Amino acid sequence: MGSEHTAKAFDTDLQELTRLVAEMGGIAERMIVDSVDALIRRDVALGQRVVAIDVELDALQKKIEERAVLTIARRQPMAVDLREIVGAMRVATDLERIGDLAKNMGKRVAALETDFHPLKLFRGLEHMTDLVQQQVKSVLDAYAAHDLPAAMAVWKGDEEVDAICTSLFRELLTYMMEDPRNISFCIHLMFCAKNIERIGDHATNIAETVFYMIEGQAITDKRPKGDMTTFATTVPNT
Amino acid sequence: MSDLSVSMSAAGGLPQAPVLPEAPPKVTVRNLNFYYGEHHALKNINLTLGANRVTAFIGPSGCGKSTLLRIFNRMYDLYPGQRATGQLMLDQTNILDGKLDLNLLRARVGMVFQKPTPFPMTIYENIAFGIRLYEKISKSEMDDRVEKALRGGALWNEVKDKLNASGLSLSGGQQQRLCIARTVAVRPEVILFDEPCSALDPISTAKVEELIQELSENYTIAIVTHNMQQAARVSDKTAFMYLGELIEFDDTSKIFTSPTDRRTQDYITGRFG
Repeated sequence: MGSEHTAKAFDTDLQELTRLVAEMGGIAERMIVDSVDALIRRDVALGQRVVAIDVELDALQKKIEERAVLTIARRQPMAVDLREIVGAMRVATDLERIGDLAKNMGKRVAALETDFHPLKLFRGLEHMTDLVQQQVKSVLDAYAAHDLPAAMAVWKGDEEVDAICTSLFRELLTYMMEDPRNISFCIHLMFCAKNIERIGDHATNIAETVFYMIEGQAITDKRPKGDMTTFATTVPNT
Repeated sequence: MSDLSVSMSAAGGLPQAPVLPEAPPKVTVRNLNFYYGEHHALKNINLTLGANRVTAFIGPSGCGKSTLLRIFNRMYDLYPGQRATGQLMLDQTNILDGKLDLNLLRARVGMVFQKPTPFPMTIYENIAFGIRLYEKISKSEMDDRVEKALRGGALWNEVKDKLNASGLSLSGGQQQRLCIARTVAVRPEVILFDEPCSALDPISTAKVEELIQELSENYTIAIVTHNMQQAARVSDKTAFMYLGELIEFDDTSKIFTSPTDRRTQDYITGRFG
């Protein structure tokens, strides 16, 4: 953005919005890691902490919306400033949804009380989480730095997450067919995998917002999609 | 950023303001230069005012936007030492042609100024005066024309019972609408507004803006304004001028959401100087 506004207070308003989004981003990232950690270690208390902290995230989102509306009313922003404010509101909405998904996983920790604990499944889940968390982190950095190439890398890099999610689904289906007593556990895990995959989608949404903020237009290309869970069966596709 | 290989278009997932189809040109400006004596005030301006469209001119003080507006009806002819070169076509007529009948030109191209300038006459006479300059019509026809003009200026309902009161007895906002009615009365093709609302309160401003939108159904309109929100609200196209040059000319929705030129962006976002 470069030079400053003649009205200095306007710059302060915009900086404050960016700062609040960064704060939300930090909390959301933490929630993703903690919720999956809680799942894998069956740490019910940690799961509950994730649920509790979601309140903070929601409050921040409200605050960002209020600030944004106030700034629009007060300053009548144009062009890049207007896009900056609309961008902050959109990113805040995505982060709030990410928080909800992590919170949902936190709630499921208590339901996973069983001896059935196939390590391979959790490894997959962990790997997927690492990738998604990296996506979220990169896109938030790109947002803060107005780094278009970095945002586009996130936008295009969602395929691997989708692929892992699809293979996890297949595996879970197999376990459920083997022994109906696994069904409850597997269903919960399936939802968690899907939640993480959805978090990845929100990261790409944020990448699209960054694109809009910088270019002033929407992306029209189709994003590469690898999520085949809709069609997942126990028989691998040939 | 060519390595990103991502295509962009206005037709993406984001809602975009509807853009009117290109209008046929009403006024065409080609390679226009203007001088105040030695001072080169307008530098090689090229643009087109679309018929029945509102075109806004924005830019910092002294950028030449009012100067440009004053060329559209040869106002500058009133002052010695000012000259224009290039071409300025109103339909097929070159406005800059020295042999042009200026009275006829000014009947075709009306102008409304920053400060309301009603004549020190009755409201009725303020309107009838201009009509009489160009036409000989009967009293009943004149009554009709005055009413139409005052309706056109969105003033009829407020003054119909006091047409013989002085034009100066009206409020500022009413005076400005009287001036617009006076301009409309001689049935021009183009109306120029030079900061028409800068002396008005917000309600009068809203009325004049509403009026400008209505007038664009029948007239081609050019408006100079310091109020960017006003330009964003009333115009279809916006021209940004700086230091005598036309920097950017595009659809208003484009100029105010994602302008191309850095200077336009700096100006409309309040980062200038």
